[in-house]
Amino acid sequence: MSSIANRASGREPVIEFRHASYQLNGGQELLSDVTFTVERGETLVLLGRSGAGKTTALKLINRLVEPSEGEVLVEGRSTIAWDPISLRRHIGYVIQEIGLFPHFTVERNISLVPRLEGWEEGRTHARVKELLEMVGLDAGKFARRYPHELSGGQRQRVGVARALAADPPILLMDEPFGALDPLTRGEVQREFQALERRLRKTVVIVTHHVSESLALGTRIGLVEAGKLAGMYSPKEFLESTEPTTAAYVAHLRMHEGIEGGE
Amino acid sequence: MSLLEYFLRHQREILQATVEHIWLVGVTMLLSVAIGVPLGVLVTRRPWLSKPILGGANIAETIPSLALFGFLLPVPWLGGRADRLAIAALTLYALLPIIRNTSAGIAGVDAAVREAARGMGMTERQILFQVELPLSLSTVLAGVRVATVLTIGIATIAAAVGAGGLGEFIFRGLAMVNNQLILAGAIPAALLALGADFLLSVLERRLRPAR
Repeated sequence: MSSIANRASGREPVIEFRHASYQLNGGQELLSDVTFTVERGETLVLLGRSGAGKTTALKLINRLVEPSEGEVLVEGRSTIAWDPISLRRHIGYVIQEIGLFPHFTVERNISLVPRLEGWEEGRTHARVKELLEMVGLDAGKFARRYPHELSGGQRQRVGVARALAADPPILLMDEPFGALDPLTRGEVQREFQALERRLRKTVVIVTHHVSESLALGTRIGLVEAGKLAGMYSPKEFLESTEPTTAAYVAHLRMHEGIEGGE
Repeated sequence: MSLLEYFLRHQREILQATVEHIWLVGVTMLLSVAIGVPLGVLVTRRPWLSKPILGGANIAETIPSLALFGFLLPVPWLGGRADRLAIAALTLYALLPIIRNTSAGIAGVDAAVREAARGMGMTERQILFQVELPLSLSTVLAGVRVATVLTIGIATIAAAVGAGGLGEFIFRGLAMVNNQLILAGAIPAALLALGADFLLSVLERRLRPAR
């Protein structure tokens, strides 16, 4: 397999996988011996087929699952050593079906973590307003709506705002733009890109879209059958001659039309 | 004497029996919600308890009500007073729909929502009280509605052990072969059941989360 592109050291690793494996109780291995690091401010995209183990890798980071072998470190500390609740509040999380609470207004959805953290009312309110503007939604118009009164793209934006609410240094996103039509997806992606350039969070995104990986990732990790098959910069990914990456790129040229690299 | 005249003449007694009936049902429902909802939650947290708890409630449901009143008669504290005895028996009947609907309601909460709650660092308790229970409220309430209607009916049998309520008229009427007397118990009981069903179904609809 390819050499893992371990780039300029001297930076600060925020997330570190050390030979991490995850086995189901029945013994089926969803992830085996995965090692990589994510440095501060980086956006790592985990790309792979459905069921390859990308989501499992993400859940290992916020300890929704625990490694059966090896370890995962967040800010230098093993996830097992973290209190799971404070670890998760330290990490923003956007999941596949967004998971907005249907019985909460947009405002309450976004302010959930600040409330849990005991922020005072005024500060929470101001933060919600700031976040809504940040993701391009008019606070006056949307704060009091319920999730079912929003379009897919708006829900997605609220999901991102919610994940950013308590200003966590790390952001995990599982197919965050998965349920959107291609045009809206492009829009939300571009907004997210601009946001990320400003906020400089450490981000891990899971996706099966090649174009999304190339657009958003500063690095792309290819996940195949529970293993990390390679780690590439977008440029390396496009130029790689390995069969899998080449297949992805060929698919991209055929179906998605190539956009001149990131 | 027409039925209406009969009702008017005995309105005080009928009203009193109705109040007794409502009291029996009300206390029963408070108790069975207080017991049934926690048990329903427990079933979702400890799946291995689901068989014994739901099985037990199911068995209670199959015991003929008159027999259940009889079974409970020798129980020390319960057997001492007719209303206690009646409420204990009625509570046993009301539990099953409440336990079942609570656990079904919680199990029916969107997995993505639960996952998001966990991933955002909510504790188990916060997830239960802020997410799972509010989202399953309408399902729980549907169980309460079924249990209430059931209890209003079965509570008429409580008169057999002297607990009062609208069953008094029914039993007396049966003994005296007097249809008006039977109807003086049966009609208010039926109206109570319909009224409770209507009110609770309105509440249930209002609490149903929008999708």
